[in-house]
Amino acid sequence: MMTQILLAGFGGQGILFTGKFLAYAGLLEDREVSWLPSYGPEMRGGTANCSVILSDEAIGSPIVLRPDVLMAMNLPSFSRFAPLVRQDGFIFADSSMFAADCGRTDVVCHYVPATQLAANADLDGLANMILLGKLLRVTELCRPESIRKAMEKTVPPRKQQLFESNLKALALGADFGIGEKQG
Amino acid sequence: MAEKVLMKGNEAIAEAAIAVGCRHYFGYPITPQTEIAAYMAKRMPKIDGCFLQAESEIAAIHMVIGAAAAGKRAMTSSSSPGIALKSEGLSYLAGCDLPAVVVNIQRGGPGLGGIQPSQADYFQCTKGGGHGDYRMVVLAPSGVQEMYDYTAWAFEIADQYRVTSMIFSDGILGQMMEPVELRASRQETPQEGKPWALTGTRGQREPNIINSLFMQPEDLERMNLERFVRYAQIEAGETRWEEYLLEDAKIVVVAYGAAARIAKNAVQAARTQGKRVGLLRPITLWPFPKQPLERLAKRVRAFVCVEMSMGQMREDVELATRCQRPVYLCARTGGMVPAPEEILGKLEDASHGCCV
Amino acid sequence: MAVVFEKPKGLTDAIMHYCPGCTHGIAHRLVAQALDDLDLTGGAVGVAPVGCAVFAYNYFNCDMIQAAHGRAPAVATGLKRADPERIVFTYQGDGDLAAIGTAETVQSAARGENITIIFINNAIYGMTGGQMAPTTLPGQVTQTSPYGRDVTRTGMPIRVCEMLATLESPAYLARVSVDSVQHIRAAQKAITKAFQYQNEGKGFSLVEVISTCPTNWGVTPQQALEWLRTDMLPYYPLGVFRDLFAEKKEG
Repeated sequence: MMTQILLAGFGGQGILFTGKFLAYAGLLEDREVSWLPSYGPEMRGGTANCSVILSDEAIGSPIVLRPDVLMAMNLPSFSRFAPLVRQDGFIFADSSMFAADCGRTDVVCHYVPATQLAANADLDGLANMILLGKLLRVTELCRPESIRKAMEKTVPPRKQQLFESNLKALALGADFGIGEKQG
Repeated sequence: MAEKVLMKGNEAIAEAAIAVGCRHYFGYPITPQTEIAAYMAKRMPKIDGCFLQAESEIAAIHMVIGAAAAGKRAMTSSSSPGIALKSEGLSYLAGCDLPAVVVNIQRGGPGLGGIQPSQADYFQCTKGGGHGDYRMVVLAPSGVQEMYDYTAWAFEIADQYRVTSMIFSDGILGQMMEPVELRASRQETPQEGKPWALTGTRGQREPNIINSLFMQPEDLERMNLERFVRYAQIEAGETRWEEYLLEDAKIVVVAYGAAARIAKNAVQAARTQGKRVGLLRPITLWPFPKQPLERLAKRVRAFVCVEMSMGQMREDVELATRCQRPVYLCARTGGMVPAPEEILGKLEDASHGCCV
Repeated sequence: MAVVFEKPKGLTDAIMHYCPGCTHGIAHRLVAQALDDLDLTGGAVGVAPVGCAVFAYNYFNCDMIQAAHGRAPAVATGLKRADPERIVFTYQGDGDLAAIGTAETVQSAARGENITIIFINNAIYGMTGGQMAPTTLPGQVTQTSPYGRDVTRTGMPIRVCEMLATLESPAYLARVSVDSVQHIRAAQKAITKAFQYQNEGKGFSLVEVISTCPTNWGVTPQQALEWLRTDMLPYYPLGVFRDLFAEKKEG
């Protein structure tokens, strides 16, 4: 079993961190994992994306060209990557950033107004974790306890205040149901 | 087994160097290897080590020469255009028989090129890098664990044979994160194990002189021939490669580093289509694994080289196989990375015996 | 019989290859004497340049390394950082230090690297047969300035000490000459002070030694000394350009 995940959005939305967090959760379940960022000028303000692979077998190419799961946090990423998602794959999009509709019926799409939810819940800057919460709930890529442990690994000790708010954001996203539609 | 941590390839290199006792790092910023310098800058002051940002790539490699001459494990790292600048020092390291480790996290060229991953320094690095008659050991990891393990190995080779070993990698491997077991622990060869080191005579011995200048050609030839005896020992003792599904293979993919990972995916896909395809992954690019390729040439139908350069490695495969079998090329250049589908297409050509 | 003069222990018995009238031999002796006087020879490591002094590793009786052209300060930096207990010095000519190695010179000075540079300025490339150096004087004839150095095309010669004195970090910068007994005695003092500063961890020191090259200047040794005095010293004034730890003179 191998899951190829592509996370994409603007620099500053926490895309690379979200990917790292996901990879750590996989690692804590003794799975093979890889994380590969797009690097270069993009990381200085433009779009950022990263490939994460969770697998039970050794991972070959770390580059995700046809994702099983796409998490898109801005329109350019959504437009660029949604057509590449594999049949029966998943798309998670931050619908507060753009009017998202990929027009595909062969994938499962979840539109979560993550940025709006974050603002409402006083969790500014954690739209990424809200969207990831939904992603994890739907795809069941990792067990909840691995997610908590991964948080311990990835949130540096000097930013402990982020620990609880991250968990809160994950839960908020996971429980978000309204506005969900298929296709 | 130690706990695994998630690390970037660049960080794994730096951590391994520290784990095996390297306390002297000299570098200059260049994408996509800068994490190595950043990691060293953070760690070295805390372990009584030396991180120094040099004024140039050239100065950095000559600082390595100085620290190596003092008998210490020393390292520098860069990316393609920076390695070109270091080539003067690579030659002096060889001429002075000094052990050192140099890391090349390659990016596309020529010229300033780009910053995306590449393997286009193959000619430059596997053939020595600088001027003169010498060899440099070139190790090609294809994962973050190997970035770690081979860095430790590179220091051992360097010390054992008094040569420069290069970690020859690319932007993908430098930037990607994978789980790493931090398992290196072999410590630095103490200065006492390096009787040639410049430690001061203390009036107790004749001066040690480290020098690459020999005005008499007879002397220089003798020095070079002595060096080539060591190179032969390295070829005999250190050549490494990985074989994957080669037992019944009729077509052999040859690929190293990041390209080998993608090639492996393509080999797996070809196998599910019933094709008898395998992979030979050179781990040492110098010494190149000539013998297994020569053996394979006797029984397989064709070779397919997959590389992020325009057939630079293919020349070594053709030499190793004495051109007994066609050697196809699946190449991307300028920072582009081959997709598994492109490799499958080339495997199709090879199995139908299309013109190379 | 009382010994009144002898070769410093810091020099080997090797016969030097320098031309008749060349002042490298004097400069070598001054360096070796300074190391001896400070009891540093046994702990010293020298870096030989590319240039006439390339064989310096045969003459100094301490551990030596031969560096690539211009890179001696970088090699010295590596040595010193790896082993701060060693006394590390480079011995470089004008082409090596002020042309191809300008970056290494300036940056090691800017870092305040705790090394000593002995800089031999004879206004010409010696080993390659007398080409124009960055310190070649205006109008001076060399193989590559056969009509005299044309400063409208090649600019004016570099005054290394003055240039480095614009930096904050160097501890000691001095220009000396070895054309006369008096000047040689002053040079000895300056070189000894440079090594003493290094030994005390005070930082970067450079002593520029105005020297002759009778062979490539195309003159006799005696004429060379004359030309040094009449032509070089006016452009390259002797003196101390930086002494961070100079004893304050009572007013």
